[in-house]
Amino acid sequence: MSSFLVQLLNGLAGASSLFLVAAGLSLIFGVTRIVNFAHGSLYMLGVYIAYSMSERLAGGVGFWFSLVFSALAVGFIGALIEMVLLRRIYKAPELFQLLATFALVLVIKDGVLWIWGAEDLLGRRAPGLEGSVEILGRNFPTYDLFLIVIGPVVLALVWLLLTRTRWGTLVRAATQDREMLSALGVHQSWLITGVFALGAMLAGLGGALQLPREPANLGMDMLSIGDAFVVVVVGGMGSIPGAFVAALIIAEIKAICIWLGDVNFGPFSISFSKLTLVVEFLVMAVVLVVRPWGLFGRPQGTPRHSGAPEAPLRPAGKSLRWFAVALVAGMAVLPLLQGQFPYALVLSVDLLIAALFAASLHFIMGPGGMHSFGHAAYFGLGAYGAALLMKAAGLPMEAALILAPVVAGLGAVVFGWFSVRLSGVYLAMLTLAFGQIAWSIAFQWDDFTGGSNGLIGIWPSGWANNRTAYFYLTLVLVVVGLFALRRMLFSPFGYAMRAGRDSVLRADAIGIDVKRIQWLAFVIAGVFAGAAGALFVYSKGSISPEVLSVTKSVDGLVMVLLGGVQTLAGPIVGAVTFTWLQDTVARSTDYWRALLGGIILFLVLVFPQGLAGFIHDLVVKLKPNREAAR
Amino acid sequence: MIHREPPPTLLTVEGLNAWYGAAHILFDVGFEVKRGEVVALMGRNGAGKSTTFKTLMGLLERRKGTVKLMGQDISGRSPSQIARMGLGFVPEDRRIFTDLTIAENLEVGRQAARRWPDDSPAPEWTPQKLYDLFPNLKEMGPDRLGGRMSGGEQQMLTVSRTLMGNPYLVLLDEPSEGVAPVIVEQMAHMILALKSQGVSILLSEQNVHFAELVSDRAYVLEKGQIRFSGTMAELAANEEVRRSYLTV
Amino acid sequence: MSLLQIRGLQKSFGGVKAVDGIDFDVAAGELLALIGPNGAGKSTTFNMVNGQLRASGGSVKLDGRELVGLKPREIWKMGVGRTFQIAETFASLTVVENVQMALISSHGKLYSLWSRAAGAYRNEALELLDQVGMKADADRPCSALAYGDVKRVELAIALANDPKLLLMDEPTAGMAPKERNDLMALTKRLVVERKLAVLFTEHSMDVVFAYADRMIVLARGRLIAAGSGEEIRNHPKVQEVYFGTGKTFEKPVAQEEVAA
Repeated sequence: MSSFLVQLLNGLAGASSLFLVAAGLSLIFGVTRIVNFAHGSLYMLGVYIAYSMSERLAGGVGFWFSLVFSALAVGFIGALIEMVLLRRIYKAPELFQLLATFALVLVIKDGVLWIWGAEDLLGRRAPGLEGSVEILGRNFPTYDLFLIVIGPVVLALVWLLLTRTRWGTLVRAATQDREMLSALGVHQSWLITGVFALGAMLAGLGGALQLPREPANLGMDMLSIGDAFVVVVVGGMGSIPGAFVAALIIAEIKAICIWLGDVNFGPFSISFSKLTLVVEFLVMAVVLVVRPWGLFGRPQGTPRHSGAPEAPLRPAGKSLRWFAVALVAGMAVLPLLQGQFPYALVLSVDLLIAALFAASLHFIMGPGGMHSFGHAAYFGLGAYGAALLMKAAGLPMEAALILAPVVAGLGAVVFGWFSVRLSGVYLAMLTLAFGQIAWSIAFQWDDFTGGSNGLIGIWPSGWANNRTAYFYLTLVLVVVGLFALRRMLFSPFGYAMRAGRDSVLRADAIGIDVKRIQWLAFVIAGVFAGAAGALFVYSKGSISPEVLSVTKSVDGLVMVLLGGVQTLAGPIVGAVTFTWLQDTVARSTDYWRALLGGIILFLVLVFPQGLAGFIHDLVVKLKPNREAAR
Repeated sequence: MIHREPPPTLLTVEGLNAWYGAAHILFDVGFEVKRGEVVALMGRNGAGKSTTFKTLMGLLERRKGTVKLMGQDISGRSPSQIARMGLGFVPEDRRIFTDLTIAENLEVGRQAARRWPDDSPAPEWTPQKLYDLFPNLKEMGPDRLGGRMSGGEQQMLTVSRTLMGNPYLVLLDEPSEGVAPVIVEQMAHMILALKSQGVSILLSEQNVHFAELVSDRAYVLEKGQIRFSGTMAELAANEEVRRSYLTV
Repeated sequence: MSLLQIRGLQKSFGGVKAVDGIDFDVAAGELLALIGPNGAGKSTTFNMVNGQLRASGGSVKLDGRELVGLKPREIWKMGVGRTFQIAETFASLTVVENVQMALISSHGKLYSLWSRAAGAYRNEALELLDQVGMKADADRPCSALAYGDVKRVELAIALANDPKLLLMDEPTAGMAPKERNDLMALTKRLVVERKLAVLFTEHSMDVVFAYADRMIVLARGRLIAAGSGEEIRNHPKVQEVYFGTGKTFEKPVAQEEVAA
C-alpha cells in the first residue's frame, strides 16, 4: 500500500511540469487561436538552456538562477517568434498557422542539435534538495516534493494575474474579440506578444524544472507536445484550471499504470506499464466522447478568420484534362529513361503513393472540413494489413492489395464513428489520439506486428517484382484512385459533404444527416489511404511502426496544406513537392529538418493559399486582363 | 450648448475610398461633424455605412483619403491609435465580451480623461455616471456576465464601454437595427441624453423616423457615394432622396 | 383542425424558463407573426418547432403528428421548411446547386457516389429560383450574392421539399425597404397559391402590420396577446412591453394605411 501512495506522489511531481507546459499552450491558444506545435520545442529549449547555464554557474544560487534565467530566455524567444512569424499569419486559415508552428519544430530541433549535439545531457541535481525524505517508510526525493508544490503555486499566480489585474482582463477580452479590443484603444499586438511570451516562459520553466529529473535529449519536443496537447484537450482548450486538473489526472493514471505493472486476469496477462505510452490518449478519447469540449472547456464558436469562401466546383476544363492526360502519359514513358535516371522510378513510386495518401486526406479535410491529425493510422492499417495478410494469412499480393484497403476502411468505421461527433481542434486531437493508439499497438505487439522492428520480406508477386512492373502497377492504381476520389467529389455525396461543411444548420434543415455523411467520408478516405499504405509496403518490402507515427500524419497535413486545401489538384501538387523536397534535402545536408522547416515557413508566408491555390489565383487574375485586352 | 462662434469641426473626411479585398466599396466619401452635433449617416443596407465606420476606425486594411480628428490626420493609423486619439466606436453587432462582467467590460474601455484644445475638460465618464445614465445596468450589478444580458441591455453596455474611453466623438453603428421598438425608443432617449452632456455622435441609420428624432444633420450614402447632405428638415422636405435611398 | 397545434410548450435553460407554456395554432393558408421584445423566447419557440431545440414540455403537432423529440431533418421530411435569421446557405455551392442540394436530399439521393450532381434536378431547381426571382443568378457562387438575394435563395431552398409549413426567423432583417416588401409579397403569394402556412418572427413593424394575417405577442416566455393587427396595436400590455410610444415606427404605418 505504501508503495502505491508513494507512486501517487510521484505522479503529482510529474503533473507539475506537465501542467506548466500545458498551461502555456492553453493560454496561447486561448488568445491567438493558434495551436502552437512548437510549444514542446520551447519546453526542450528550457531544459537545454538551464543545462548550459547551470554548468557554467557554480553553487546553489547559480543553479536556481539558471532555472529562472532559462524560463525568461525561452519567454524572450517566444516573444521573438510571435513578432517575427506569427504576427504575419494571424489572418491565415487555422491550418496554415499550424503548419508554420510545425515548421518551427523542425527548425528548433536542428538548432538544438547544432548547438548542443545529439548526446543526452545529464543535468546537476538541485542544490539543497539533493536528498530524500522518508515517507511511509520509503525514500522520496526532496526535489520531487518541491515540484509538487510548484504546480499549485504557478496555477494560483496565473489565476491572480488573469482575474485580478487590468492586463488579465484585457487578455481575457482578447480571447474573445481582438479587433474590438483594438477599436477600444488597446494596443493588442503587444498584448498578444506578452501572452505568447508568458506561455513560452511557462514552457521554459516546465523544462528547466525537469533538468534534475531527466537528461536533456532531442526527443523531448515531440513527447512533451503530445502530452501537453492531451492535457489541454482533456482540460478544455483555453482553461488554465482545466489544464491543472487534467495534468493531475493523466500523471496519476500513468503512475498507477506503472505501479500495476503486469497483472494476470485468469489466463490473460495485461502489461499496464506498457500501457503508459497510450493510456493518456485513451483518457483523451474517452473524455472527448463523453464531454466533447473537455472537462472545463466550452463549445468553440466558429473562428473569425476562416479564410475566403471556397469557389464552387467546376468540372475540369479542356486544358486541365489534356494536362492530366499528358502528365500520365509522360509518367508512363519514364521506365524508358531508366538508363539516364536510375533513381527516377523509385522516387516516382514514392511520389505516386504520397499523392494518393494526400488526396485521401484532402478528401475529408478540404471538402469534408474535418482536419484529421491521425491520417497515418489508415495508411498504416493498410500497410500492416497487407503485410499481415501475406505473412500470417498467406495470401498473395493481389488479394492483399484488395483486402488491405478494406482493413483500413474497417478501422475508419470505428475511429470515424467517434471522430465525427466532434469538430475543429477537438476532432483533430481525437484523430491524433486514434493515430497514436494504432501506433502503440503496432509498436508493442511484438508477436503479431513485429513490434518496433516491424515486418520484413513483403515482396510483390513474381510478375510485379521488378522496378518497371511495380511502377506501372502503382501508376495504374494511383491514377484510378485519384480519379475515383475526384469523381466522388462531383457526385451528390460529394456535394452533400461540402454542404455539411458550409452550414450544418442549413444541411440539417434540408434533411442531410451530416454526421452520417461525414462518417462515410471518413471511411472512404480510410480505404484510399489504406490502398496507398498497401502499395507502399510492397514497394519497400518491409514495414515498421514509423508508417503509423504522428510524423507521417503531419507529413500528410503538410502535403495537403502546401498544395492548398481549396483546390482539388492541391494535394497532388503538395505531395509531389513535399516528397521531392524531403528526398532532395535529406540527401544534401545533415540539417535537413531545419532546411525543410525553413522552406515550409517561406512557402506559408509567401503562398498562404497553398501552391495550387496560388497558381489558380494567378490564372484567375490573368484571365480578366486578357478579356479586357480584347 | 451655446457657442458664440460657430462650433469647431471635430471630424473632417475627404476623398475616402475603401476596399473589402478586391471589392471597391467607398468612393470619395466626404463629410464633417462639428462639436456638439449628432449627425446621421443614412442609407440602405449595403450602401457603405458600416464600411465607412470601419474605415474611419482603421479596421479596413485597404483605404485611401484624409480623415482628420480635431485637425490631426488619423487616416494611416492603427485602430488602437485612433481610439486613443479620441474616436469611440460602437459596432453594429455590439461585440460585448460575454465572458467578462459588466464592470470588466467597462474596464476594458477605460482611457484617461481628455481636454478640448481650449483646455476645457471634455466629457468624462466613470462607471458610476454610466450606471446613472443606464439604470438597467446598475440594477444587474457590476458582476453580471456580459453573456447573461438581453440584446437591449447589451446595447447599453456596448455604448457605455465606448464612453469609458472618454471619446470626443462616438461612432454609433445602426443603434436601432434588430431590436424591439421599445428598445429603439430607449436608444433615442439615450442619444439625446448624451448630446445634452456634450457628447458628439455620428450614427449610421436606415430608419428615417429614428434619425429625425435624434439628429441635427444627415448625409445620405448610396453605393458608396454621398448623395445628399443637409439638415433633417431639408431631408424631410426632399421627397426624391427619401424615396430613392431611404426606408420610407 | 389547424395545421400546426402548439400546446403547453415550454423550455428551460438551467432552471430559467425561456418559454413558459404557450399555446397557439397556425392554419393552412395563414401568415402568423410571432413578435415580442428581444429575449422574449421567440427564437427558442422557433427552434423547438423546427427540432433544433428539444422542448422541456408540451407538444407541437403537425397535422396531428407529434414533432417534439424529432430531429430537424425528420421534421423537414414531414413538410416543414425554414429560413434562418442570419441566412444559412452553402457558400461554396452555386445558387442553383444550393437548391439542387435540397432536391437531391428530398429524392433520397444523398448517398449516390458516382453520378454527377451538377445535372441532378437542375430544371426543377431553376423553376424554384424563377419563382423567387433568382433564376438569372443561378450559376453564380452563393457567397457572391447580396444579402437580400441570399435570403431569397434560402426561401427557394426551403420550398424545395414542397412544405406545408414554412418557418421564417426574421425574414427581412438586414434588407432594404423595397427588398422587404418584395420578399414578403412573394411569401404572401406562396401562402395563397400553395395553401402554405407561415410562422414568422419580425421586428420590422411595417412588415408585420402589412402582411401578417394574425399575430401573437410573446414576452418573458409567455403569450400576452393574440389577434389582428388592430387588436394588437391597441393592446395596452403590448404597448408597454414592446411598442413603447410608437414614435419610431408610427409614421410609416400611418402612411401605408393612407396608401392602402
